[in-house]
Amino acid sequence: MNTSEIGILIVDDESSVRDSLYKWFLEDGYRVDTAADAKEALQKLQKQTWDIILLDIKMPGMSGLELQERIREIDPGIVIIIITAYASVDTAVTALKAGAFDYVTKPFDPDELEHLIRNAAEKRQLTRENLQLKEKIIQLNPEETIIAESPQMKHILELVDTVAQTDSTVLIHGESGTGKEVIARAIHNKSKRRLFPMIAVNCGAFPETLLESELFGHEKGAFTGAQYRRKGKIELADGGTLFLDEIGDISPKTQLDLLRVLETHQFNRLGGNQLVQSDFRLICATNKNLEEEVRKGNFREDLFYRINVFFILIPPLRERKEDIPALVHFFIRKYARTMNKPIYDISPEAMALMKNYTWPGNVRELENAIERAMVIGKPPMIHSKDLPFAQTSTAAVSQPESDSLEAIEKAHISAVLTRTHWNIKRSAEILNIDRVTLYNKIKKYNLQRP
Amino acid sequence: MTRKLYIVPIAHPRQENLELLRRTLSEIFTIPAEFLSLKLNIDSVYNIRRNQYHATEILAMLLRKMPADADRIIGVTNLDLYIPILTFVFGEAQLKGRAAVVSCFRLRNEFYGLPANNDLLAERFAKEAVHELGHTFGLIHCENPTCVMHASTYAEEIDLKNYQFCPNCRAVVNSKIR
Repeated sequence: MNTSEIGILIVDDESSVRDSLYKWFLEDGYRVDTAADAKEALQKLQKQTWDIILLDIKMPGMSGLELQERIREIDPGIVIIIITAYASVDTAVTALKAGAFDYVTKPFDPDELEHLIRNAAEKRQLTRENLQLKEKIIQLNPEETIIAESPQMKHILELVDTVAQTDSTVLIHGESGTGKEVIARAIHNKSKRRLFPMIAVNCGAFPETLLESELFGHEKGAFTGAQYRRKGKIELADGGTLFLDEIGDISPKTQLDLLRVLETHQFNRLGGNQLVQSDFRLICATNKNLEEEVRKGNFREDLFYRINVFFILIPPLRERKEDIPALVHFFIRKYARTMNKPIYDISPEAMALMKNYTWPGNVRELENAIERAMVIGKPPMIHSKDLPFAQTSTAAVSQPESDSLEAIEKAHISAVLTRTHWNIKRSAEILNIDRVTLYNKIKKYNLQRP
Repeated sequence: MTRKLYIVPIAHPRQENLELLRRTLSEIFTIPAEFLSLKLNIDSVYNIRRNQYHATEILAMLLRKMPADADRIIGVTNLDLYIPILTFVFGEAQLKGRAAVVSCFRLRNEFYGLPANNDLLAERFAKEAVHELGHTFGLIHCENPTCVMHASTYAEEIDLKNYQFCPNCRAVVNSKIR
């Protein structure tokens, strides 16, 4: 410990006490100063930062206990040691309850004083390091930028702020690419759990047995290939947030296991007998209509009610077109910076195309479109020809030529075909018609594959 | 004129027991060390309630009576010393000053109920005298446990360190020895 980095302020009305302590600490190499009363102490606290304050409990004017309260308001991290002429249990208890580090009676034993100051200095250093590490964590997890020009997104941000302060389970519903994980991360970053990790699991990406191992972890030898004990994502989320994406895709057995964990926050690793405890906040996301899945018997009703405590619906991008210009400019700035390419704008025609497009892949598709345009486009701005969907003339076709039923049907079929990249089977499913009918419509409206 | 380090025995009955201390100080600080007899009104710094002597007041007396050719002055005593805030001190010195005082009262084994050991006492006394004089050269307590400037708040701790300064503390002393 480098004692010169520790500042000790001695507050006592007796000059002999101040002087002898001052000399004692100076010989140890500490930065030391003295104050004869509370007023002088507060002045010195305003001028400099102090780590340890030795505070006489009985002083004329403001007492040591009152000064202690003021010091805690100025800097709660300062370590306060109360000194007094005679031991009084009541005063000691009051001082310690008010947050004093320790309490000593004059005169001190030199060895006791040395240990007390060393322990106090270590506590201060640890507190300071702890704060620095917390700041580093916050810097490493910068808040995600959420573009919210539309009233719908502004409302969602209000919901995020509200729910972040609680530990309630959140269910986020939205089409693919709408930014469900971004919203989950925003909730986590604004919550008191932000200094612990947010562990994300895409439940749709794992087969049933692998997902169980991923969530609950496993003991050594739990199954063929389990050579080591491995912590699961639920255990890793201890103190933080567990984000389960595509929750609607999990099997009935995993649904039951998950329900048990949510009720007790306890579970066994696969192949293990020992109960593991994890304190996590759950955020789930899905692009499925879970109520519908419950009705169909694909999703447990009890699990649905447990995860659907606070519901956030993210509308698709086509329903909040006010966000498109801001999103476009945000992604242009982002890729101009990462690609180091001086493209800072978009032509009005290209922007009109962006606004008219239906964005079946939502924000993710828009970001990809901008990234592609930034790669192939030439400075200083993105033009219509740089946009992937512009070449298919979809945007023009997507707009009905008139309000007649035929014109609307033609525009709609054309939009669906574009969205599915002319996958006839998929388009027919979306349009809820058979493939023969779809072929007839394509022929009737003279729709051309790009 | 060669400047001297004066050793002032204060209520210390046997000067012959201080010879190791004198030789050690002379060698370590490379200054001639001599005994000096001074009449000090030691009763005036006695605290009847504590049955101890005020170390800071003794320092002030030594400074007032310091000879003109003195580079440093150190009072050596077997009186129990204190400063107001502490129950006792082994010694006290002026940081970056010229005077120090050191006591052997609590360095004796007998104080802790152990058999007397005069050789050990002489060693502890010499180390504490070097330590206190080290402060007058501006040295603060050293983290190196074998350096004489390492802080000792109980007697056995003094036995763990030696008479010498560590290289860093030695460099500070060397730069200040005239």
